[in-house]
This record gives sequence, C-alpha cells and structure tokens, in this order.
Amino acid sequence: MPSRIDQTFAALRQSGRKAFVAYIAAGDPSMEETLANVLTLADCGADVIELGVPFSDPLADGIVNQMASQRALEAGATMAGVMRLIRSIREKSDVPLVLFTYLNPVYAYGFEKFHADASAAGADGVLLLDLPPDEALLNKELLGGGSLQRICLIAPTTPAERIHKLAAAAQGFIYYISREGVTGAQTTLATNIGSQVTAIKASGTAAPVCVGFGISTPEQAREVAQSADGVVVGSAIVKVIQNHGGKPSAQQELAAFVKPLVDAVKSV
Amino acid sequence: MNSTHPAPKTLPDAHGHFGDFGGMFVPETLMFALRELSDEYDRAKADPAFQAELDHLLKQYVGRPTPLYFAERWTEKLGGAKIYLKREDLLHTGAHKINNALGQILLAKRLGKTRIIAETGAGQHGVATATVCARFGFECVIYMGAEDMRRQALNVARMRFLGAEVRAVTAGQATLKEAVNEAMRDWVTNVRSTHYILGSALGSHPFPMIVRDFHRVIGVEARKQILESEERLPDLLLACVGGGSNAIGLFHPFLGDKSVKMTGVEAGGEGITDGKHAARFQGGKLGVLQGTKTWLLADADGQIQLTHSVSAGLDYAAVGPEHAYYQSVGRVDYTYATDAEALDAFQELARTEGIIPALETSHALAYAKKVAPKMGKDQIIIVNLSGRGDKDVAEATRHIFGEEVKF
Repeated sequence: MPSRIDQTFAALRQSGRKAFVAYIAAGDPSMEETLANVLTLADCGADVIELGVPFSDPLADGIVNQMASQRALEAGATMAGVMRLIRSIREKSDVPLVLFTYLNPVYAYGFEKFHADASAAGADGVLLLDLPPDEALLNKELLGGGSLQRICLIAPTTPAERIHKLAAAAQGFIYYISREGVTGAQTTLATNIGSQVTAIKASGTAAPVCVGFGISTPEQAREVAQSADGVVVGSAIVKVIQNHGGKPSAQQELAAFVKPLVDAVKSV
Repeated sequence: MNSTHPAPKTLPDAHGHFGDFGGMFVPETLMFALRELSDEYDRAKADPAFQAELDHLLKQYVGRPTPLYFAERWTEKLGGAKIYLKREDLLHTGAHKINNALGQILLAKRLGKTRIIAETGAGQHGVATATVCARFGFECVIYMGAEDMRRQALNVARMRFLGAEVRAVTAGQATLKEAVNEAMRDWVTNVRSTHYILGSALGSHPFPMIVRDFHRVIGVEARKQILESEERLPDLLLACVGGGSNAIGLFHPFLGDKSVKMTGVEAGGEGITDGKHAARFQGGKLGVLQGTKTWLLADADGQIQLTHSVSAGLDYAAVGPEHAYYQSVGRVDYTYATDAEALDAFQELARTEGIIPALETSHALAYAKKVAPKMGKDQIIIVNLSGRGDKDVAEATRHIFGEEVKF
C-alpha cells in the first residue's frame, strides 16, 4: 500500500496544486491541545503535519522552537506520550504525519522500536535533524527503519554531487532548507530558492521538494510555492500556539493564522 | 622498556569513528563545512610549512616545551609513587587550551575564514581563542553560559580585553552544553564566513581528531622528558576529563606502551546521583549529543540531564568519543573525584609545591592523592597539570573560606 505521504503528493500533483506542510511541537502546551491543533491544521487544509518530538538540546532550532520544546518537556511530554498522541490523531484524521526530532530521544527509546511503534501508531515519516544518511548507513543499530519514510534534508551548502546522492535515495519528500541557519521566522527570504529547487529537480528525483526554514507570511509562502512542490511553515505557527495555547480562543487563533497561509499556497 | 616513539593509532577511521563512537551527527547544513575542514586539515598535516609555523609559534608565543616537574615535597608527603607534573599551566594564557586554539586559527587562515566563534566553560578555551584571534586579526565571538560567566568572571574580563565579544547563554542550566548549542546555531547560520574553534575533543568529526592531534604535543614532550630524567616510562598517567582534550593529549603518545596505565578523572560533583555530577562513565549511557555518539548523561527518554561540578570546565553531559572508545576496550580507566576532594587537592598542591592548580586539574590531583600512597616508591605517576588556578580564586575562596570576593 502506498504511504499516506506518497498518496497525498500524487493527488496534489494530479490536481496541479502545491502542498502546505505545518510544523508544531508535540505536547506544547499539552498533548490534548496538540491533538486539537493537528485536527484544526488538517481542517484548514494542511496536507502534511510535522510533529516535533521535544528534545532538551535542539541545536538546529531557533528560539521559538526551543521554547516550545521546553514547554512541552515541562508539561511532561515523553516519547510514549507522543505515540499515544499519534494513535488519537489516527482515530480522527488520515493527515500524513512526519515525526521531526533529534537522534538522542529516538536512540534512548530504541531506534528500531521507535520506528515500529510510530509506524504501528499511524505515523508515516521521520525526519532526524542530526542523522545524516551517511551515518545511518554506518551504524548497525541505525539501520532498522521499519515502514516509516525517512525524510532527508538538503541545505544551500550541500554540494551538487551530494544533492544527487541524497535525492536519489529520497523517500516521501525532500526537505530543502531555504537558508543557512536555524528554524525561525525571517523578514526576507533567501534569493536563490527557485534555482536551488531547480537544481534538486535536475537530479532526476521523483520525490517532491518542500521548502522550509524562515517562511512565515502568506506572501513568502506564495513566492516559495511558485518553484517548490510544498511549503513548510513551523516557527510562525508555533508562535501562535505560544501566544494563545491553553486559552479558549486557541483553535480559532490557530485557524485564523493558518488559513491565509494555506490559501496562498493553494493559489499558486 | 620501550624507548621508540610508538606510531600514532589509526583512529578515527575515514568516517570519524572510534570503534562504535564518534561520527558526524550534524544537521545537513554543516556537512559541507566539516568536510571542508577535514580536507584542509589533511592538506595542512602534509604541508611542512604549516607544521613549521605551528612549531615556531608554540615555542616563541605559547612557551613550549613545558617542564615535566618532579613534585618532590608532595611525593614525600604522600609517601608512595614519584609524582611528576606536566606543567601546561605555565603556557601562555594559563592552560593547555592554547595548543589547539593556535592550531585551529592557522587552519581557519588556510580556509579563508574571517570570523571565529567558540564555546567556553571555564573560560580557558575562550581566552585561548580570543588570544589567537587578537594575534591573527580575526573577529571573535565567544559563547559562554551565564552561570559560568559568574563563576569565571576573571576570564570573561580577559576575553573582553583581548577584543572578543562574549555572548551570555541563559538557556537551560546556562553552562557549557548550552554554550555549545548556541555556538552550533551561530555556525549553521554563518558557516560560509566562520570557523568554529571547538575547544575539546568533542563534537562531530573531524573535531575530536583535530583537537587531539594539536594536544598530542603534551604527551610527546612528557614521554621524551621522563625517558631523559628517569630513563624509563611512567607507570601511570592521570588527567581530568571533561570533554577530555588535555587527557587525550597526554595519553595518546603512550597508547602503544603496554606497561603504561592511564586513568581519566571525571567530575563527581556532590556524588553520583542524578543531576549532581558530571561523571559520564558512572551514571551515563550511550547516546548522541552535539555531533557525536558517546557516553552521556540522559534520562530514560533521552533528554540530557543536568550536571554539576565545582569546576566549570568539567561540568558537561558528554565525554569525548575517543575516551568512550578506550574505556570500551579497557585501555584507559575512568574514575571520578568529588567537589570536596578536588578542593582539598587544590589546597594541598598550593601548600606543598607552591602551585595553584585549576579546579579542573584538581580532580586529577585528587585521584593522585588517593592512588600514589598505594604504589611503590620506585613507581612513577605523571599528572597533567592542565591549567593554573588564577581563574578559580574567587570560586575557591567562596567554597574554602566561605567568603565572597569580587574581581
């Protein structure tokens, strides 16, 4: 059976539309609210949800995602809790789910067990920020991937030959990091996103290319969607949760922020 | 007796692995910079002009070679093995850290970088980095935990005088681990212009190898010196281990000498209970942190635990991957000394030898105090006196005399 991620991108391709990918941190401010947030995001038209699994030392994240991780941990988030969350999401929605995290929490849980449990719970992909594909091949205990698709990262600093290698092995979609830096909203976009996406596509990969890092406004989302197959928005959404999480208006505020972003991407 | 210099081991392998440890566990954005650094380091190593410039500066600017000093009064007092101290505390800036900072600034120059960043715990690596940046005209930003800035205020002032910008890191427990996170974030953002002078034998490949190689000079000198003065190899080498740079520098050239035992001394803090120490081989587990697979202190969910040590330089949750390897194969033993034991050794060395050691170094001295009396008088210990204690005067005064002093 094709994965939910592949099915989603196939359907988008057929209808000539671009994907909107939303990132939020699992357990911020609570697992219950994350469940509600995921359903709201899916209702707003998010095609894929990236669920951040909190880690104490998120060194590729900017301050907004660092604080979200910290709030989630302080509220008692655990890997077992994330697995339960995925199951509750699956009772209500088929939106593709990608777990976005760092290696150590996965390592501590057990690499194979993590893949097996997450897959059984209903997750579709995993993106480990500090596990380059090279290392995954070099460590015997990091081989067992189960049925989760391993989403790979390509950066502006990735040399052409490495792009070829990474793109050839890509599963689900390729996450292109739009600029050098950590996650977080930026007032201006990198200027060469279009040409970089073209370069990745030129490698002959069949995997869709989604672009993230620093995208926070509908204007930026629209611009990126011109060249990319999908647009990832993370910190900007996390910021809304930071400001409104736990309040009665939380879902309303989240929807009000995300809907224009989705519309912008879908207008392309 | 083995009087020939043993060939350097062939670790790490081409992927930066020391057996099951080490590697390159970093975000994709940094992969290119790490490969670039690795390639440039290979070229530099093969370039006699690079080695000549490094040797010249180590001699004329840094003050190498350092003495291997026989601590006669302390030896008599302990009543056992002869104790020699490798005097890295006498180096310019006051600790071994300058060996690596100097080597890496020469690499940064070859790489065409214009800006330098570094993390620092005790401030010794920050001072060493600020020093070489001043000497070679580089812009310099040092990340330091706010708690460490408090307890190592003297070094913060030194870095500022040297023209570095010291950025306080307030996240988490505001010590070395958080400073490394911030330095990594800076590097990811400014990777094209910036070289990250990592200060311990830690992080992603090629750093553990490069840092070790620049500190090997400690062991190479010590080996030659002990053969000159005693006409035999030592029985035991001792060094404190935070990330483990001074220890690996002393140990590495002796690895082929089967008769030489080695012990790394970690920070036992207030004792081996969660959050109260930084002894990774006591309460730790295998994991991945800040670019490398190694022993670290984490909870059951893989979240990195709080650490504690009286010495900022040892107050860190992960150990260098090469140490994890030597521990796994049984070549090096690892033990710990508590805050109280370190403070006691700090005072004892000051009063018997007239040398005020760094609090980090005092952990190795504390173990020497324990083990020397159990050894024969014909046996020899070399302790790496990795740094001097000037920076610790305020903190030690607080702990020992219960007085607050400000500088």
